[in-house]
Amino acid sequence: MAEKNTDPDAAALSQAEIDAEIAAIHGEYRAQRDAGGQVETNARLNFAPYRSSLLRHPTKSLHHADPEDIELYSPAFGHRDVSPLEADLTIQHNGEPIGERIIVTGRVVDGDGRAVAGQLVEMWQANAAGRYMHKRDQHPAPLDPNFTGVGRTLTGPNGEYSFTTIKPAPYPWKNHNNAWRSAHIHFSLFGTDFTQRIVTQMYFPGDPIFDLDPIYQSITDQAARDRLVATYDHSVSQHEWNTGYRWDIVLSGSNRTWAEQEEER
Amino acid sequence: MKLTPTPAQTVGPFFGYALPYAGGEALVDRSHPGAVRLHGTVYDGDGVPVPDALLEIWQPDEHGVISQQPGSLLRDGYTFTGWGRAAVDGVGHFSFTTVEPGSTGDGVAPYFLVTVFARGLMDRLFTRAYLPGDPATLEQDPLLSSVPADRRQTLITTRESDGSLRFDIHFQGADETVFLNYPNTPQFTGPVD
Ligand SMILES: [Fe+2]
Repeated sequence: MAEKNTDPDAAALSQAEIDAEIAAIHGEYRAQRDAGGQVETNARLNFAPYRSSLLRHPTKSLHHADPEDIELYSPAFGHRDVSPLEADLTIQHNGEPIGERIIVTGRVVDGDGRAVAGQLVEMWQANAAGRYMHKRDQHPAPLDPNFTGVGRTLTGPNGEYSFTTIKPAPYPWKNHNNAWRSAHIHFSLFGTDFTQRIVTQMYFPGDPIFDLDPIYQSITDQAARDRLVATYDHSVSQHEWNTGYRWDIVLSGSNRTWAEQEEER
Repeated sequence: MKLTPTPAQTVGPFFGYALPYAGGEALVDRSHPGAVRLHGTVYDGDGVPVPDALLEIWQPDEHGVISQQPGSLLRDGYTFTGWGRAAVDGVGHFSFTTVEPGSTGDGVAPYFLVTVFARGLMDRLFTRAYLPGDPATLEQDPLLSSVPADRRQTLITTRESDGSLRFDIHFQGADETVFLNYPNTPQFTGPVD
């Protein structure tokens, strides 16, 4: 891989060249999986079509650790930390933001299906023109003075969360020539164990850019990729107000001994 | 595990206006009698500092007690919550003000649990930053003793002359940090050496 241009801003390759690299990796993955090999359920850290990963992935296998005390707990967050108003990204300014008003809702559960209750969910996103309120975002699309694009909430007793926001647009980036990201919302989640900590991205159904997006395609398995795509849910849409999307999030498995822990806490 | 976990995606380049917050890096005030600085630089595979990484630490207090108190996002100046978050600066440097973690049990060498996020990094990486100490004690620690001797040092903080603790992170290279993987927590590196 030494010959690959590792400058993330080089934008040297064409979309066709990136597509071919993705297809080769996916093909190799499917062949080993179909031969009885491992089913991959997460993104790959070393995924060359995403150029910025080249110098930022570990080159050695991750080292197995048995979780000790601190790894079996997560920090606690409460209403001191998060105001209920932070879950509505459309009311943070004096006026209404431009764009398609949506509600994104779902449940956070762990790998055993237990609700993750009272835990912090953070999200951030581009506006309806594909522009972030971030000083390093140079995309010449308009900022919206009525939209920052940052939300926080605490999950309810059944792990439920809900954000009211604006549907983000796709935006260009410099991974390769004419590179575009599928429209997405960034999510950051905590579980009951710190080892369940995850940052990810939620996508919208039917995005025409999916196949061209090396970040989305860094998940080699189609079934795993599908887990990042919300579904349109008409029961979340509201008359003359918003359309609705549902996205449930499954954290990795807790390593606690739950029978004892539940008594204790 | 009964359900398959949702995959991770990179934190991307534009987290800077969303995730860092005022006071995130200060688990205690600098005036706290036990205050210590935990700091370091994040390097990529060319040894170049990474200017768009985000770190979180999670630790017991100086007595080895794990806090379950809320208030990390809006600190009250008195409650130790054990968790902090800091973005690196333009030259890849991060800094936390905290206390040295106590041991959580007999023979357990104290450490900070460190989580690294960055543009270009598709899933968070976990590592441990152990307090420097008696080599015999460190060698008996179950995790450290399981790491090859020539890589063990990447998990141990260095005491600087000003009393601070230094913990550099290398994604790759001769000093590549030992990153950790836990049971029930699927991560896929892709091809490795
Ligand atoms: Fe993004």
